[in-house]
Amino acid sequence: MDTSLPPKFGQFGGMFVPELLIPALDQLEQAFIEAQQDPAFIKEFNELLTEYAGRPTPLTKTRNIVSNPLVTLYLKREDLLHGGAHKTNQVLGQVLLAKRMNKTEIIAETGAGQHGTATALACALLGLKARIYMGAEDVKRQEPNVFRMRLMGAEVIPVNAGSGTLKDAVNEALRDWSATYETTHYLLGTAAGPHPFPTIVREFHRMIGEETRVQIMKKEQRLPDAIIACVGGGSNAIGMFADFIDEPSVALIGVEPAGKGIETNQHGAAIGKGSKGILHGAYSYIMQDRNGQIEESYSISAGLDYPAVGPQHAHLHDIGRASYVSITDAEALDAFQKLARLEGIIPALESSHALAHALKMAEAATKETVLVVNLSGRGDKDIQHVQQFIGKGLMP
Amino acid sequence: MTRYGLLFENLKRKQEGAFVPFVMLGDPGIEQSFEIICTLIDAGADALELGFPFSDPIADGPTIQKSALRALKHNTTPDQCFEIIAKVRARYSEIPIGLLLYSNLVMKRGLAEFYQAAHMSGVDSVLLADVPFRESEPFREQAKKNKIDHILIAAPNADEKALANIASSATGYIYMLGRAGVTGAENQADCDLSNTLGELLQKKATPSLIGFGISRPEQIKNYLLAGAAGVIAGSATVNIIEKHETNAEVMHRELALFCQAMKAATKL
Repeated sequence: MDTSLPPKFGQFGGMFVPELLIPALDQLEQAFIEAQQDPAFIKEFNELLTEYAGRPTPLTKTRNIVSNPLVTLYLKREDLLHGGAHKTNQVLGQVLLAKRMNKTEIIAETGAGQHGTATALACALLGLKARIYMGAEDVKRQEPNVFRMRLMGAEVIPVNAGSGTLKDAVNEALRDWSATYETTHYLLGTAAGPHPFPTIVREFHRMIGEETRVQIMKKEQRLPDAIIACVGGGSNAIGMFADFIDEPSVALIGVEPAGKGIETNQHGAAIGKGSKGILHGAYSYIMQDRNGQIEESYSISAGLDYPAVGPQHAHLHDIGRASYVSITDAEALDAFQKLARLEGIIPALESSHALAHALKMAEAATKETVLVVNLSGRGDKDIQHVQQFIGKGLMP
Repeated sequence: MTRYGLLFENLKRKQEGAFVPFVMLGDPGIEQSFEIICTLIDAGADALELGFPFSDPIADGPTIQKSALRALKHNTTPDQCFEIIAKVRARYSEIPIGLLLYSNLVMKRGLAEFYQAAHMSGVDSVLLADVPFRESEPFREQAKKNKIDHILIAAPNADEKALANIASSATGYIYMLGRAGVTGAENQADCDLSNTLGELLQKKATPSLIGFGISRPEQIKNYLLAGAAGVIAGSATVNIIEKHETNAEVMHRELALFCQAMKAATKL
């Protein structure tokens, strides 16, 4: 065995990277294993989560959005975490790991800028230099986040290669890392990529599910019937699912972006419409043409706009433990406005996908049902974007 | 004996190293690609490294990325790549031909079918840029079934165990990286490889070719003296294609001159 932790989830995952990066990934795996057994590491991580990031986040019972009296809908409020999304959890964990490995610089990729922002804040706090790769198209579309990252001292590097979006930013980060691994940690932002990233990202997000379990037991004295989370790469979903995988009574539902419609070619549903293949170091479901070239994904939500999915989700799908559905841009926009109007919470467009599906389930329920949506982020970042849709009269 | 085996034996007798240019199949077009390869062989290339264009080449710098994009702009398919190779093989029966590509192109076609097609078109070796040794078993198995050498990479950060794996498993040749990072002529190969080369020679490993950051004739001699069997130049070759894309005559002349100069430097 070359690795200490299992590198695959069933047939999915693995380490499909250039030989050069294998020592860096092995070093990361060892550092992670040692850190998990080191009380000092765990103490520092937990202190940062509670005193800096604001954990535990509340579990909010919705009051108005569900009209079916049989249904109770809870929201796990990752939107209230410092940084505005769940991303902060695992970024703090990985920056601590980087320090443990005596790395002095961090590289990261970002799409909409959420992971980049989380990386920038953690690096500002813990004293590392951050280099954030961002597609040139995204740099233009997400100017406020670019400014936020720079404000916190990160260097933002526009990537012109390829289509200039998230997938190209990941490519560029991997290229950078293959020259700089000795001094630099690659802080991958989702539960995808080569082993050990999917495992590390899950473990540094698993408190989302653990807290939810305690909170729901207190409120309902039972586990929920279903947990619903949006899936791009799949980090918030796997953090929410992890503690419930061995609870067969809890349905796990991942919601992929159907974009302009799952039947069009403008979506990001890697599990729903993709096929098995290798991208960014892992064997998983990916969007590709018949020759194996990677296709562009599309979603109104930049955080879900990724043509692959984390390998553990691919596995959970294959063994039937989790189910994966999809929600269109229009349905997500509808849920976005409903939550604002009926509960006074503006959700991220990503999380709006999960909410939209939960609302469908709520409407269809014929028996008493408890649902939990992982509200993975807040929608401040999306306000301008959504405003444009209203302006164009495209609001449902 | 394989084509690589014959080549290395022959070069050793002549006290020469191998010069191996890399080009992307389909760049700038299918027919041009074939003509470029012929020019390189006629100018003295000892073996070929040929790329299949892929949308997300994580091990490549800007030059090869752009080359892949040029080939993909007119939708170069793996089938067309194999057709070019078959045409080259029909004209040149002895030159070793290696493929350098990314794993998803192999996975999508299916391992068995891909290696069969490679064999049928006259390919001698396959190097998968994103398949490290520990993920290589299913690929090596299919390669072997189809009499194709699976090329292993020796990285400058390879430890004792990695080198031992390489020495005992490598066939065809070993692709030794001249430096860390990605492909490109911007940054010169700068690693002292004499220890690694010495260790592999001592373990009687298959011959090593140095790649990554090789672009000038002056770089070659020291590697050969340290025990390398030759060098691979990708970005430097592709740069010429990019620069003279619109003037085929100049492009072919420059490619031939570059190839001749590099080949001349392999003669000790």
